[in-house]
Order: sequence, then C-alpha cells, then structure tokens
Amino acid sequence: MKNTRRSFLQKTALATGAFCLGFDWFKAEGKAGAMVASAVDAGRFNAYLEISSLGKVILYSPNPEIGQGIKTAFPVVVAEELDVDWKDVEVRQANLDTQHFERQLTGGSGALKHSWDRLRKAGATARQMFIQAAAQTWKVDASTCKTAGGVVLGPGGQKASYGSLASLAATMTVPAEPTYKNRKDYKIIGKRTKGVDNANVVTGKPVFGLDIDKPGMVIAQIIRPPFGATLKSFEATDALKMPGIVDVISFKNKVAIVGQSTWQVMQARAAVSCKYDGQNLESESTHKKWFDEGMATDKAQVQRKDGDFQAAIAKAAKVVEATYECPFISHSPMEPMNFFADVRADGSVLLAGPTQVPQSAQKAVASLLKLDEKKIEVELSKMGGGFGRRLNNDYALEAAELSSLIKKPVKVMWTREDDMTGGIYRPAVRYHFKAGLDASGNMIAFYLRGVGLNAGNATRQDNFPVGAIDNVLIESVNQVSSVTTGPWRAPITNFLGYAEQAFLDEVAEAGGKDPIQMRLDWLARAKSNPVGKITYEPDRFIEVIKQAAEKSQWKKKPGVSQGFSVYFSHLSYVAQVADAVMVNGKPKITHVTAVTDCGEVVNLSGAENQVKGAIIDGMGHAMFAKLRFNEGVAAPANFNSYRLIRGNEIPTIDAHFVDNGIAPTGLGEPALPPTGGSVANAIYAASKKRLYRQPFDI
Amino acid sequence: MSIQLTINKKKVSLDIDPNTPLLWTLRDHMSLKGTKFGCGIAQCGACTVWVNGEATRSCVLPISAVANADITTIEGLSEKGDHPVQVAWDQLDVPQCGYCQAGQIMTAASLLKKKPKPTATEIVDGMSGNICRCGTYHRIQEAVKLASDLASKKKSSTTKKSA
Repeated sequence: MKNTRRSFLQKTALATGAFCLGFDWFKAEGKAGAMVASAVDAGRFNAYLEISSLGKVILYSPNPEIGQGIKTAFPVVVAEELDVDWKDVEVRQANLDTQHFERQLTGGSGALKHSWDRLRKAGATARQMFIQAAAQTWKVDASTCKTAGGVVLGPGGQKASYGSLASLAATMTVPAEPTYKNRKDYKIIGKRTKGVDNANVVTGKPVFGLDIDKPGMVIAQIIRPPFGATLKSFEATDALKMPGIVDVISFKNKVAIVGQSTWQVMQARAAVSCKYDGQNLESESTHKKWFDEGMATDKAQVQRKDGDFQAAIAKAAKVVEATYECPFISHSPMEPMNFFADVRADGSVLLAGPTQVPQSAQKAVASLLKLDEKKIEVELSKMGGGFGRRLNNDYALEAAELSSLIKKPVKVMWTREDDMTGGIYRPAVRYHFKAGLDASGNMIAFYLRGVGLNAGNATRQDNFPVGAIDNVLIESVNQVSSVTTGPWRAPITNFLGYAEQAFLDEVAEAGGKDPIQMRLDWLARAKSNPVGKITYEPDRFIEVIKQAAEKSQWKKKPGVSQGFSVYFSHLSYVAQVADAVMVNGKPKITHVTAVTDCGEVVNLSGAENQVKGAIIDGMGHAMFAKLRFNEGVAAPANFNSYRLIRGNEIPTIDAHFVDNGIAPTGLGEPALPPTGGSVANAIYAASKKRLYRQPFDI
Repeated sequence: MSIQLTINKKKVSLDIDPNTPLLWTLRDHMSLKGTKFGCGIAQCGACTVWVNGEATRSCVLPISAVANADITTIEGLSEKGDHPVQVAWDQLDVPQCGYCQAGQIMTAASLLKKKPKPTATEIVDGMSGNICRCGTYHRIQEAVKLASDLASKKKSSTTKKSA
C-alpha cells in the first residue's frame, strides 16, 4: 500500500511538476499515525495542498464560507505549520467531496475545534518532507536543517526553495508524527490576516449563489402557502401569456413561475392568484395561548434536577421571579435564499449555491428524487450570510424538484418577502425563572421552565450557574407549531443567554450583591465543590470575568451605567460589560467591552470581526426584531418594517481575547448570547427599567 | 423601442421592457453581477450604483427613467480595483460575508466625491442608509476615513509630480 501511495505521489509530482500532497484532513484524524498522504485520484485534487515548482502554494478550503472567515482561517493554520510566506498562498474553495472530507459544513462554531489538529498536521507533515528531500540532496542529517518562508536551510548555508524540492519531496516517506512549531514562533497564526476573498468582494466579482449563471438556465420564483394551509387552486392563464414565461407549475402546495429573466418572472408572479384551504391557522393569539398552556402544564420534561428545589424555595427568605419572551424571528441574511439545480435525464444532478450543509443537500435530493447520491455534484458558492438559515436545504430541494419537473437547469430565487415570510425561523420561546435566596442573599434554589414553539428543548440545563447552586430544577415544554423553525445563530442561547443573564442581574440586586462578585463566588464553589456535573471550566470563566471587570473599569466610570453578562457556549467563554447613558430621557448603549476566551486566536482580524459582528447582531435583534403571525402569515415581510440595526445605532466595542494557547474553540456564535443580557442590564442600571421581551420596549 | 445607456463608460442599447429595474438590467442583461439584490424596496442599499454620479438604489429604478444616463457600477468604479475606497476596504479587512459591500463601497465613494474630508458624524450619517447584516459597521466607518486619507495623499503626490 505504502509503495503504491508513494509511487502515486511521485507520479503526480512528475506529471504536474508540483508537490501534490493529498491530505485526508478529516478522516485520518484520531487514528494512530494519523495524517498521511492519501491516494488522490490523478487529475482531481481535493483535500490537499499543492506547491508548484515556482513555489506557489495552493490550499483548498473545504468548509462553506458564510462570512465567518473559515476560508482564511483554515489555510492560515496549514501555512503556519508548512512555514511558507502568506503572500505565496493561494486559497481555493473545494466543492463537496465526501470521499476526502468529513464535517464539510458550517454550523455550531465547530470548524476550528474540529480541524485544528488536522490542519496543523497537514502543514507540518509536508514541511518535514521538504526537509527530508533537502537533507537527502545535500547529504546532511535532516535534524540539522531548518525552514523559513518556503525555503529549506542547510547546516552549511545551503538553501533550497520548496518549489525546487517539490518533485523529490513527494517521494519521501510521510512522517507519522511530524514536528510542530512552538507557538512563540508563529508568524501568521494570531496576526491579522485579511480575508482571502476581499479582492473579489470589493470589485464585485460574481462569487455568490445568486450570481450563478449556467448555460440554458431559467429563473424561477415560488409562491408558498401560509403556514398550515394547503393549495386549493391557482390561476395562471394571464401569467402564462406574458413575455419570457416558460411555465407555471404547482408542486407540494407551491406554485413556481418559471421564465427567462428575473423581472419577467416577477411580473408574471404578480398575475398569478392562489386559493388556499386551511383551518385554525396560527396567529399571535394562538402562540400566546400555547405559551400559557406550556407554563401551566404538569407534564413538563425535567431536564435537570439537583437537590430539592421545592423544599428549598419553601424556606427561602426571598423569592425572585421573572418571565422572558421572544418571538419567532427571521434570519434575514443579506443574500436571500436561492439555489441552482440541473436534474438531467441520465440521473446525474448538478447542485450549486449557498448552503451551510452541502452533504445534506446531496443526500436529501438523492432521497427526494430517488437518485444515486454519487451522481449528485454540489458546487459551493460563497454565501451572503446565513446565520443558520442555510442549515435547512428546503430551498435547494425546491430547486431540484422543480428542475426535475420542468426538465431544465433552473435557479430558484427568493425575494426578500419570500425570505422573511417563507420560514425557517428562530423558535419563539417563553422562559419563567424563579430564584430562592437565603437571609444573606445567597441563591439556594434556581428554577427555569422554557416553553418553546418548535424549539425542542428550549433550555440548556447545564448552563452556569447550574453546578454552583444546591437546588436546581430545569424543565422544558415543546409546543408543536406549523411554523417551521431551525437553528438561528447560537441556537436557543441567542435568547436564553439574554434571559438568564438579565434574570441573574435581578437575583444579584435582590441579594444585595455585585453581579460580578456574585458570579465569581459561584465559580469558586463550582470549582471546589460542584453540584452535579459541570460542563464548563470555572477557571476560564473566572479569567474572562476578571479581565472584563478590569478592562471595562467596572463601576468606576463616572456618569456611566453598566451592565454585566458572561456566557459559555460552543466551548468558548465571553464576558461583556455594556455602558449606558441617558440621552433625552432614553437609555443609549454607548460602549461594549468584550473579553473572549476562544483558545488560540487564529486570525485576529477575523476574530475581531466575529465578536463585534455578533454583538451588533445580538444587540440589534434584542432591540428591534419583531415578527408576528396572522392566519399563518408572517408580518412584517421586508426591511421597511422589520428593522435591522444600522451604522448609526451601534456602540463602540472593544474586543479583547485571552491569550492562553489552548486549541481553538468556537467564535462565530459565542459573543452573541451574552449581548442581550449585558445591554438589558446596562439599560436597567441607567433607567431602572427591566426588559423582559425581545424586542425591547424602550 | 430600445433604450440607450452608458454603463461603465460603455454605450449600450437595450431592447427590453422599459419597466425593468436597473438592478435586473445590470444583472440579467449585462452580466454585471456585482450589484446586489437585497430587499427590492430601496431599503437596504445593496443595489447602490451611480446614476450620473449620484449614489442611487437600482432595485426600484426602471430603465426608462435613466435613458441616456451615465451608470457606474462596482465593476466600473476603477479599472484595477484600486479606488481608494476599495483599497481601504481591503486594508481594514471590512467584509465578513461581503454581500452588501459593493453597495457600501458605491455609497462611500459617492460620499467622498461630495465631501473629500468628511467628519466622523458625516461618515456615520452618510453610511447609515446601507444595512450590513454581519455588522461590519465599525470597519465601514473606519474605512471611509482611511479612504479619505488615501485619496488626499494620492492627490498631493500627483500634484507634486505634476509641479
């Protein structure tokens, strides 16, 4: 096997004049002698790094790029361990390749956590092979050679570029366990690396899904029914006569208008009328009733139980209670949903477009159309945001089904109204908290019931301060709704974080405690003598809290009211202090200090972008996001009345990172959950008004 | 009846429905995909182009209304992608997903044309009509300032050379 692989690599090198080391970045991990060069089919190079004889380093990035910066961060790690100059690196997006990649998806802030070791190994392994090739050429011991900027340096002053060594290096034995750099020697990791797509973005290159244009392609828009309704009939006689219209066709309660150009399709769509059947379609009042029932039921699911909450609350000196609620909200990425599909007569399919989960799209289309998965190719486009919306492939399936019906390559595009009213939404949730304090103001009992509409378990039962409180009861109730829901950036915790952190502020106040010291006391308890199992590391929590207190000048800024929050999610820790002042009788958030522990920061520029962006996202939605249902139809439907935060509404933000060298954890989401809480607590400190709902009522 | 337009310094004649919005004319008929569709109701600014030098929302603007006009899109802002605003956007690493940025850049470049040295407030006000869902607002505002500085340096060095 080894010989075959080596001779293959050799052949590849000879054939292309390049060092093509195919890495099974994902599958190999976890096995003994993990990172090996895999037998990449000649002519098809995925999951690999390639170095041309001219020294050009080509790195393929497998994960979908959604604005989280993974297409820059992954190659940074490989380039660091490979020890090449970043300017010599070219990054290319890999298409879906289930043979060579695992977890080729964007979600859960898990990419770097998953791939850190694999990427380092990919770079370090290749670097060692270049050293071996140079040592053999110079007849010196490999241990006497070093590398710098894509060049191997010999003990006698010899120098050879990776490019010049490429062919020979490819014949070297792949080291089972390569030598890694010491982090103090990092030249790229931890520095500011600009996005690899910047040049395309600032010059308007067609890199997004909606920009896809394929030969013979037609355009379609789809009219979708209200939630819970079925299509009874539709009238399209006039629409079919309109210029450029190819077809108006119905499937699965939907009506698709197919034509040659976007504008023609839009006009014809306006001439189509649909009639629906539906009883008891959901409205805001329905959802309120379900929340009320969910709060009253004695059939809640117990998610966690420590000690005896009922007994403890009965003897509490003081009880604090509060209810928090958020509506369904839209993801509203700037690029509305769209997808291209070409389902051909021979059973092969080309799918192309923005999806966070390309493999799921492949599987779902195979299953829907009863086709062979292997014949479904998926091209990944850059995504104009996603925030979780593109974890659902409903729009890709629609495109594939429509293409199979009209037997043409088609791009289905959603208007903004389609996007905002056509679901997937962040589930609507109501939380009820109860805390029992002893005579000294210490919390001895903690209760949470989360009632969600299509939310599954609306709680996160192991969240801090659970683990530091003796008597805990966490329950959830899920109410089934016809409104389709899915993950929204920091699923569940995007609002649970706000609710918990705002409630704990009330607990601190009721107990006469400083919100920061109260948490530090709990963490000391969780560290020395935890109650039940804990999923967080108290020391990492303590560090971000202490740094946030110091960097924000907690309670030391004259004339400024401050709110604190801290949250652990996606294995990262974020503490925040929001500053508020009163302007014309209204609270205004002027500044947010954030301290994040996401382990090693791979790209400081990208990391700052993620933290600041998540805070703006969290604050904007906490303040403005308002969506309601009436007879199964969501309102509002566009940005004129669905308000997104704008550039004149943002506070200044300081984003700090803990420098601890721990392997990287999530960063796309973790800064969002604490934001609603820090902001609500600052607003309370300034105005004495507690905010229990999203959007805020101020 | 065809409509004449100048798009990125090129004269074009279009024989399409005169009600077609400029956005879809550019994207579907001119293969200029840099101008983005965001909302279709002139609220988000992703579709911003210049009409006779003025930053304009192209998603609600029928081409009949811009007959004979001079249109500049992101593809035509500079020949080599080196307009000071483009350079500043790259230097400060503004984009996250990047989708809204063409509209942001066209708005910023127009702002700087009118006010080469805008105040901080003028930058915030001038850019707040454009939505960025990723929340890159801080860097957008910083990049407008940087672009202003870059442009004035470029101008003074050009002046020196010619003098």
